[in-house]
Amino acid sequence: MLIYFLNSILFVMGLYCLIAKKHLVKKIIGMVIMEYAINLFIILLGYKKGGIPPILLPGMEKSQFVQQSVDPLPQVLVLTSIVIGLSVMALMVAISLRLYEKYKTFDMSEIRRLHG
Amino acid sequence: MLFLFYTLLIFCIIGSIIAIEARNILASVISAGVVGMALSILFLFLGAPDIAITQVVVEIIVLIVLIRSTVSLDNTAITKHRDTFAILSSLIFFGLFLVFAFMAFQGLPTFGEPIMSVGRQYLENSVNQTGASNVVMGILMDYRAYDTLGEATVIFTAILGAFVVLRAKGKKKKEESDKIRVGIPEKEDLPMSLDQIETSSDSTS
Repeated sequence: MLIYFLNSILFVMGLYCLIAKKHLVKKIIGMVIMEYAINLFIILLGYKKGGIPPILLPGMEKSQFVQQSVDPLPQVLVLTSIVIGLSVMALMVAISLRLYEKYKTFDMSEIRRLHG
Repeated sequence: MLFLFYTLLIFCIIGSIIAIEARNILASVISAGVVGMALSILFLFLGAPDIAITQVVVEIIVLIVLIRSTVSLDNTAITKHRDTFAILSSLIFFGLFLVFAFMAFQGLPTFGEPIMSVGRQYLENSVNQTGASNVVMGILMDYRAYDTLGEATVIFTAILGAFVVLRAKGKKKKEESDKIRVGIPEKEDLPMSLDQIETSSDSTS
């Protein structure tokens, strides 16, 4: 239980950075940290005590492999989510660079102030 | 083994605190990179080597993109007009969030004993049905191939969006400026005065 709790503390760190910080790049960093925490949570749910990676090595018994291996399904879903997170982050960086080009600042409150 | 997980996770939390509170943006970007690298080691010990490799590659690309976006630009911290209301309200909300999360975690299966009703089927049948000895890749590329196709579509759309946002010039050319025809004429376009004509004809003859 404690490891899930530590993981949710990591998630809350990212959420705090996303809400309370003004700098656009820091907001992006907060979002990246949140994403890490969620991926780690899904992997932790599939962990088996003393588990081996879900790769069938030569000379390994099938029944023993099924008994010992960790859950492969969360790993597949997280593998998809990591790569999607990278492309979404690239889009966020592109938008913030465009905002910097237009307003010459990364400060969110300055950008808000310019338009009422 | 459990001690190692706790150590790495606490290291991640400390790294994220430094990343959030550092004054210099470059330092905070590098701290976020440290968090990602520690996370990849954690994935390796949790029995997910594929995820660990992907995490390292993605982390390096994230670091390159973020450094590219910050290093040449204005990277001073923003100190003026601190919004105390947002900070206080978010802290109260996060306290409540952690309490409810702790209550919800009581209903999850104990750490180290997953349910694995679907995963067991995959582990038993994957090697015979797909021929891949790596079960994760067997699921990703065979059972859930449409999922991977959708992932590729999402990546394509996001990169296309980034290209459109970052495009410097529009595709359509700007119309020629009509300043010469209807506006105030430039000095060269004015009719030459008499002495100018004389000097030019003198120089030519």
